[in-house]
Amino acid sequence: MIINHPLLGPRDSAEFVYLGDASLIDRPDPNAEDRDVAFHDYAYLRDNPAGEHRELWFHEGGDRSWLVVTRNTVTHEISNVALARDVARARGRSK
Amino acid sequence: MRYSGFNVIKQALTGHKGWTPAWRDPEPKRHYDIVIIGGGGHGLATAHYLSKVYGQANVAVIEKGWIGGGNVGRNTTIIRSNYLLDGNEPFYEFSLKLWEGLEQDVNYNAMVSQRGIMNLIHSDAQRDAFIRRGNAMILNGADAELLSEQQIREEYPFLNFNDARFPIKGGLAQRRGGTVRHDAVAWGYARAADSRGVDIIQNCEVTGFRIENGRCLGIETSKGFIGAGKVGCAVAGNSGRLMAKAGMRLPIESHVLQAFVSEGLKPVLPGVITFGAGHFYVSQSDKGGLVFGGDLDGYNSYAQRGNLPVVEDVCEGGMAIMPMIGRARLLRMWGGIMDMSMDGSPIIDRTHIDGLYFNGGWCYGGFKATPASGYAFAHLLANDEPHETATAYRFDRFRTGHMIDEKGMGNQPNLH
Repeated sequence: MIINHPLLGPRDSAEFVYLGDASLIDRPDPNAEDRDVAFHDYAYLRDNPAGEHRELWFHEGGDRSWLVVTRNTVTHEISNVALARDVARARGRSK
Repeated sequence: MRYSGFNVIKQALTGHKGWTPAWRDPEPKRHYDIVIIGGGGHGLATAHYLSKVYGQANVAVIEKGWIGGGNVGRNTTIIRSNYLLDGNEPFYEFSLKLWEGLEQDVNYNAMVSQRGIMNLIHSDAQRDAFIRRGNAMILNGADAELLSEQQIREEYPFLNFNDARFPIKGGLAQRRGGTVRHDAVAWGYARAADSRGVDIIQNCEVTGFRIENGRCLGIETSKGFIGAGKVGCAVAGNSGRLMAKAGMRLPIESHVLQAFVSEGLKPVLPGVITFGAGHFYVSQSDKGGLVFGGDLDGYNSYAQRGNLPVVEDVCEGGMAIMPMIGRARLLRMWGGIMDMSMDGSPIIDRTHIDGLYFNGGWCYGGFKATPASGYAFAHLLANDEPHETATAYRFDRFRTGHMIDEKGMGNQPNLH
C-alpha cells in the first residue's frame, strides 16, 4: 500500500505504524457522569467496518506525523489522507 | 454409512459405487431450537457436540458459502496447548484432549498428528519465561519439556546455530502438540452432526436478526426467515460485520494474517518449530510442503490477502533461523481474516439480547481451539451457563478488568 502523505507525497505503508480507528481522536469527557461507560466503549469497542474505514497511521520511519487515512478494508484502496492534527482541530481539539 | 477399513476394501472391490454423500443438503425448516450461524470449524463442532453430548437434535448450521470455506480451510493446521494464563490454559488443554479422541468420536480421518511443537529460546530471560510457561502448562495437566541447546542441535540440526542476534539457547517443547488435516475437521464434524439430524444449510447468507423486545426470535436469510429458540454466532473474522446487524459493537478488529506453502519436499521437519523472536513458525504438511507464517499485516482488513512487506518479513525470519528454506520455492500464499480481540483472547458468551449467543475473537489461534470452542459453545447454548473451561471468556471482562492478555499488549489488537 502507498500512503500519499499530505506533506511528503507517496510513501510506502511499511514506513508507518498502525494504531486503529480514527474515532480514537474523540476522547470522552473525563468529568462526565457516564465516564466509566464512555471510556470502556472508547478503549475497547470498535465499529470494525467492511468497507471505508478512517484510521490513524503514525509515520515512524519519516516525519513522525500522525495521519488520518481513509482506506477500504475490503480492497485496501486509500481514498483520502489528512494530517491528524488538522482533523482533530476541525473536531474541536486544541491540538 | 460408517467409515472403516473394511468398508474401504469392500468399496474398492465393488467399483466404489456404494459411497453416499457425507451429509445431506436440506432446505431450511421454519423453526429450530438452535440455529448456529457459521459453517466453519467452530460452528460445525458446536453442532456436533450439541447433538452428541447435549441431546439437541433440532439444530441448523447456516453457512453463507460452503462449509469449511473460511478460516478452517485457511490456517496453518497447528494444535497445541502451550498457554500461560489461568483463563486460557485449561481450555486449550481440554481442546488438545478432544483432538486426541476426535477421529474416533466423529468416525472421520482428520490426520491428527502429534508430531510435537517446539518454541525456540534465545536468552536467559526468555528461558525463565518459558520455564514459567511450561510449569503453568504442567499444573493444568498439559505436557511441557525444556530442551537444552544440545538437544535442539540433535533434534533440529538444520537450524542456524550461528546467528549472533538470536543464538539458539534451548527450547520449550510440547510433544503432544502437532498438526491436523484442517479441511477434514470441518467435514468430519459436519458428517457427524448431520448423521444425528442437524441440518447443514449452505449458500444461505444471514441478512439480519429478528429482534423484538430484547429477544432474538430468529434470523433473516437469503432463503427466508428461520425462527430459532436460540441463535449462536460463530463466524470468525466476520464477527464485527455480523453482530453489527444486531446493533452490537464488539471489542474486536478484523485483521489479515498471511500464510505460505512451499513446493513439496521429502520429510525434513520433525514437527512444528516457532521462532517467536523473528516472527516465524513452520511445519511440514503430509504432502511435503513447508507450511509457514508470521505476523499480522497489522491494519484492519477483510480482504483475505495481504501485502508484500509482511511477505518479506516472514521470509527473512525463515532464512534467519532455517537457511535451508531458501532452497525451496514458494508455491502458494494466502490471507485469512482474524477477529482480533482487545486482549488477544476469545469470547464465548451470551449477548445482552436474549437468545443471541456469541463465539468469536479467536485472533489467530482459532484452529487449535476448534473442539473445545464447539464443546463450550454447545454447553452455553444448551445450559445457559459457561462450560467450566470457558468461564473467563466473557464480554464484560473489559468492563470489569479481568482481561486475559497473554502478551501483555493492552487494547491494541494488531500487537497480540
